[in-house]
Amino acid sequence: MRVTFVLPGPLHALAGGRTEVVVEAAAASVGQALAALWAAHPALRDRVMTEDGRLRPHVNVFVGHRSVRFTGGLDTALYEGAEVAILPAVSGG
Amino acid sequence: MVDIRNISPRAGDVALLVGTTKGAFLFRSTVARARWERGGPHFPGHAVYAMAYDGRAGRHRIWAAPESMHWGSVMRSSDDFGRTWSQGEEGNVRFPAATGKSLQRIWQIAGRDDDPRTMYCGVEPAALFESSDAGATWSLNRGLFDHPHRPRWEPGGGGLCLHTVLPHPADPARMHVAISTGGVYRTDDGGASWRTAHKGVRAQFLPDKHPEFGQCVHKVVRHRDRPDVMFLQNHWGLYRTDDAGESWSDVARDVPSDFGFAMAIHPHDPDTVFIVPLEADTFRCVPEGRLRVYRTRDGARSWQPLTRGLPQKEAFETVLRDALCTDTLPRAGVYFGTRSGKVFASRDGGGRWRAIAEGLPPVLCVRAVVVGGSTAAAGRGKQKAEGPKR
Repeated sequence: MRVTFVLPGPLHALAGGRTEVVVEAAAASVGQALAALWAAHPALRDRVMTEDGRLRPHVNVFVGHRSVRFTGGLDTALYEGAEVAILPAVSGG
Repeated sequence: MVDIRNISPRAGDVALLVGTTKGAFLFRSTVARARWERGGPHFPGHAVYAMAYDGRAGRHRIWAAPESMHWGSVMRSSDDFGRTWSQGEEGNVRFPAATGKSLQRIWQIAGRDDDPRTMYCGVEPAALFESSDAGATWSLNRGLFDHPHRPRWEPGGGGLCLHTVLPHPADPARMHVAISTGGVYRTDDGGASWRTAHKGVRAQFLPDKHPEFGQCVHKVVRHRDRPDVMFLQNHWGLYRTDDAGESWSDVARDVPSDFGFAMAIHPHDPDTVFIVPLEADTFRCVPEGRLRVYRTRDGARSWQPLTRGLPQKEAFETVLRDALCTDTLPRAGVYFGTRSGKVFASRDGGGRWRAIAEGLPPVLCVRAVVVGGSTAAAGRGKQKAEGPKR
């Protein structure tokens, strides 16, 4: 399965300057696709996930236009050609 | 786009590291400490609760712990005073997955004077991390993490943080740490086991004022020449111990309040300590709108206010636990930052003060460094940032 990750600006440097990363993996879920992304760019993992394997609370992951928080989290199913966007939430001060 | 300035301290210069809620600022002055040049903001938009300078083994390394609400906290270092920073890849301070904990904030960075490769950091949730390779890799201290008290430590207003790390200056087996709220803990076996060291320190906010643990200690200081004597600023209470924390005595005399956060010790006189009393836990500003540093020169038998050059009316300022420090020059400099973004400096041990910065974001930590040896300083200049280097 081919999945395209779209990365936010602050993470480009940790992916060799890339704005998008395509992974080819037997990735049926968001969690599995993210694991493939970490394998390609390990430094991304700890910025997106906590040590205990959860998405950071102010980071959102969208498959298409839908946040995975409302579609099953890391178990959200993927499809061939899916575009997965990692975005900082509207939060801060 | 943030315009980041660089500084290039030379040997003998004084550098002031200032962590704020919106980034890190570096200031530079000659030994005269008359004029200050500003560098930064580094990590713009990130809160920097902890900074440190590692001048051991010929290094000129600044450590900072930038924290992003979105992307978390990471330890980063610079060997050229902020011109370039390590990326802090793969979350260099990480809880083992099996602990079920995740790093919230890095509160303190410290090194051992007797071993230039050993470093520590105190974090939230309260835990101690250690490095034996000068900060390249970090591991959780299991002795403290597995302490039976840990599950019952409670967060204070700033979170459940291990904010003070005091390695013994000569004995690598001994160290004290302070936790809010947990209290003071000491190890005498290199961190394998820990026991409380806060007998006599009260917990004003609990029914039992002297519990086995749970004290809300705000800061502890010691002098390297007299390590068994320590001073403690508590959540209500000022204390001194003469036996490395086995017992503490209340030394809150001649102060307008014994509530406060910040505390620093003079670099050359173990009887001289600085504090900034605050009104109360319910009103965390200096009393009466008068910004006063209090200093003892007799080991806390008496305290005197230092006010020359500090605003004495309409100054509702707050100084946080790591926002007060000294430098190590023969005539010691004293520095502090406020939550209103001011930084004050004294170059005569607190006798006279002046503001060296105003309009910064709220100040979280201040560390002063006398730069030693050759720094191979590059030319001064500016750089444009395209955003945080993460």
